This record gives sequence, structure tokens and C-alpha cells, in this order.
Amino acid sequence: MQWKLLSPKKIVLPNGKEVLEKRSIQPILWLIILVLLFFSIRITGFSLEVLVNRIQEFFVILQQMIPPNWDYLSKLWQPLFDTIKMSLFGSVAGAIVALPIAILAATNITKNKGIAMVSKFILSLLRTMPTLIVALIATFIFGLGTMAGTVAIFLFTIAYVGKLLYEQIENANMEAYEAMHSMGLTTIQAFRYAILPQILPNYLSTSLFCFEGNVRYASILGYVGAGGIGLLLNESLGWRSYENVGMILLMLVCTVFLIETTSEYFRKKLM
Amino acid sequence: MNAIEKQLQQQPNRRMSYIMTMIILSLLFIWSVTAIHFDNVSASGAKIAKNIFVGLLNPDWSLVVNVTTEGIPYLLIETMAIAFLGTIVGALLAIPLAFLSASNIVPKPIAFIVRFLLIIIRTIPAIVYGLMFIRVTGPGPFAGVLTMSLTSIGMLSKLYVDVIEDLDKSILESMEAIGCTLMEKIRFGIWPQLTALFSSIVIYRFDMNLRDATVLGLVGAGGIGAPLIFAMNSYKWSEVGAILLGLVVLILLVEYVSNRVRTKLVKG
Repeated sequence: MQWKLLSPKKIVLPNGKEVLEKRSIQPILWLIILVLLFFSIRITGFSLEVLVNRIQEFFVILQQMIPPNWDYLSKLWQPLFDTIKMSLFGSVAGAIVALPIAILAATNITKNKGIAMVSKFILSLLRTMPTLIVALIATFIFGLGTMAGTVAIFLFTIAYVGKLLYEQIENANMEAYEAMHSMGLTTIQAFRYAILPQILPNYLSTSLFCFEGNVRYASILGYVGAGGIGLLLNESLGWRSYENVGMILLMLVCTVFLIETTSEYFRKKLM
Repeated sequence: MNAIEKQLQQQPNRRMSYIMTMIILSLLFIWSVTAIHFDNVSASGAKIAKNIFVGLLNPDWSLVVNVTTEGIPYLLIETMAIAFLGTIVGALLAIPLAFLSASNIVPKPIAFIVRFLLIIIRTIPAIVYGLMFIRVTGPGPFAGVLTMSLTSIGMLSKLYVDVIEDLDKSILESMEAIGCTLMEKIRFGIWPQLTALFSSIVIYRFDMNLRDATVLGLVGAGGIGAPLIFAMNSYKWSEVGAILLGLVVLILLVEYVSNRVRTKLVKG
């Protein structure tokens, strides 16, 4: 990080030699950050005074959540399983579909530059669309329920796994692939026996990681009517029955913790 | 038997474990298929889908060039301001928490408790935080900033911890040997090791926050999310198209810049 317009500082050593010391651009960076901070504070109306004076209000809802309403637990199982099903199906299907798209997007396998460009563009377009918005659009098309949420998670998984996968394919060792190609194997066969074994552990680990994140995302998709536990969360928040909200959050934390620990164990084994 | 066949036979036979994994995975997958059903798809689904795509492809340009507070440029700047301030506040707050949960710095029990706390912070959906902060600040972008900061803390400190646990401690020992004070050790021994990776992490989180900022609109915590969802709920698809266009362009731009800066930071 060095700009040419900053002239380096000259230091004359005791023996008469001149040494150039590159100037740091840190002061300028800090200045830019401070200016941006100032404008952000102006635009968002950030005020420490309000925060300090009224922060106790933050804990009002938190206090109402404790103790959670344990009787509500029996109603939670079905939506919770719906949420897990949504993220599981979306992740598995998405990860499978991501593989061919990633192959199309990798420039070392797909020799046609146009196809690779288009696939990459589709992947980044899918990735920029916020999941919640995709879910909302999906509810208009597929109706309210788990189907819409599954579609949203499916699309997000394609984008996320696909991006990481094509980067791995592009970084894979091509020697075996080229050897197989010259022996007369087709592209698909050569990919299957030369590239796939190299990327498989990473592919599975990425998909597992994506699944972890999807469980978390799926829990809020219900807020726009896309099924799962978010539906109940929305309802309880609307009725201000915060002890129910507390119960839902407790269940979510436990589920996410469980899934995260399991998947972390498998991901460590894969690596 | 030639050498190749011998080598092949020496490989452990993993067929059983593969088959078991496949069976478990397929069972789970079949179980999850029940989430898929088409009975809710209304007959007009295809027609609505067509309307949506026509609208998305014909964005409302008057919104794009509108420079008042209703227009897309201002909304995007507001969203960026929320994400920026939220990331900075979260990044600062995450530093002490990260040090407290690094098992090479504090005793194991404390690290475990702080880690569990971080998991709880990460799991609670942003919407819930948004509602809690709206009680503090009233609706508006300020609540969005606070929500962003809190949701950033969870992931930032988790990534910080990985960096902290990789710290090169031999430098600290040699500094101790030549008689540096604690402040000098932190300033010249620890700080230079952390800054590049920490800034890379923070820039990455800013990228994510910009994406997540749309969620805040749902609860009235400012940003571009609220107009987007209003437009969707009133079926104004060309407005939705314009807002999404602005959002996608902004996110792609920020992603490009942040990727460039991050590669430079990490590779030096």
C-alpha cells in the first residue's frame, strides 16, 4: 500500500550513504476513516447521549423473555423440524446443482470464455440478492409455506458453494487432468478422476458450512411467510408474548449449537 | 502381481463407511423432502412470476435519478452509513471479547463461557435485536446501526480469535529479554501482527453487513430494506426492480473494491 505521490523520506547515514524510507499512508487512511465516520454519524443520527440514557430499555424485553414459557415447547417441534428440513433440502440440492455450474464457471475446464463469464456473472448476481428478498419473491410465486423458504435457501446455496467451488477447481493441479485428456478420456471423465478427488474434501466441507449458516438464515425466513420457526417468532413478537420468544430463541440456540458442533467435527475430519 | 496392484490393495477399504454415510445422508434427505409441496402454489403463480420478471427487467428510472431522501441514491448512502458505522462499532467491541475467548490468553473456563456467550449473540436473529433497539432509540437508522454492531460482534470475534491464537509468541519473549515494557510489547510485538488480518476481516464483515442491512428494513430500523419490502407488498415490481438494481450494483462494486484491498492487505 504505497502511493507514488508521497515522496519517500531521505535519511543520511553516518557513513554518508542516503537511504530512502517509504512514507506510511496510515495517517491519510485514518483521516479518510474519520471523515466517513463523521458523515455516517450525521446520516444515521447516532448519539451516545441517547444510548447511555436509554440503554436500560434494551433489557426490558430481555427480562420479559426470562424465564421462557416452557408450555410453549410442545408447539415448537413441528416448525423447528420444518426449519431444519428446509435448510437440509435446500443445502443438499443447492450443493449438487452448484457442481455443474462451478465446472462451467471454471476457466481451466471450460475453454469457452463466454460460457465461463456468464456462469460467473449468474453466480455473483445470485449471491448479491439478499436471501430474505428472494424468499419474499418466492412466497408470491409458490405461496406461503416451507416451499418458498426452501427455494430461497436453494438459490443461496448454489451461489455460495458455486463461488467457492469454482475457485478451488481453478486452483487444482491440472497435470493428471491433462494426462487423462491426452489419453483420450472425455472432459467429464477426466474431471471425475483427476479433479474431483482433489476438490471433494473442500467441497463437502464448504457444503456443511453452508448448511450451518442456512439453519440460522432459515429461522428468520418465516418472518416473510416462508415457513419454519420464523413464523412463530413473528407471531409471538407481534403479540408481544416475549416469554414465548424466549422459548423459541432458546430452542434455536440449542439446535444451532448442536448442528454447529456436529458439522465442525465432520469438517475437521474432512480436512 | 505388479507394484501398482500391490499399492492398490494396501489402501484401506473404506467401502463400508462410504455406504453407511450415503445411507444416513439419503435417509436425512428423504426426510427433508416433505418440506417440498406444491399444494400452496396458486394457479396464478406463473402469471405473478411473469409480472415480477417483467417488472424487474423494467426498473422505474425516475427513482434512480431522484436525489431527495426518497430516491435510491440517498437510501443507498444511508444503508452504507448504517453498515459502515455498525461495522466499526462492532469491530471495536469485538476486540476485547476476542481476547477473552482466546484459549492461549485467558484460562480455559473463561474462554469457554465467553465463547458460549458469542454463540448466543450470533444465533439470535437480527430482527429480535432490531425490535429491542427500537425501544432504545425509536425507529430509524440509529437502531439499525446498533443492531448491525451487535450482530457483527459474533462473527468478528470468532474470526479474530483464530488470528489471536496464531500469534507468534517468540517475538514477545525476545522483547521481554531486551527489557520492553508491557505497552511497548503490545505496540510493537502484538499490534503489527494483528492489524493486517483484522482489517481484512473487518472489510469482509462490512461487505456482509451491506447485504444484511436489507433485513433491518423489516422492523423499521432504516436503510433500503423498508422501501423495498413496501414496494413488494404493494406489487410495484418496477420499483422493486429499480431498488434491487441499485442494491446489486452497489454490492458488486463494494465487493470488488473490498476483494482488491483484502488481497493487498493479506499478501502485503
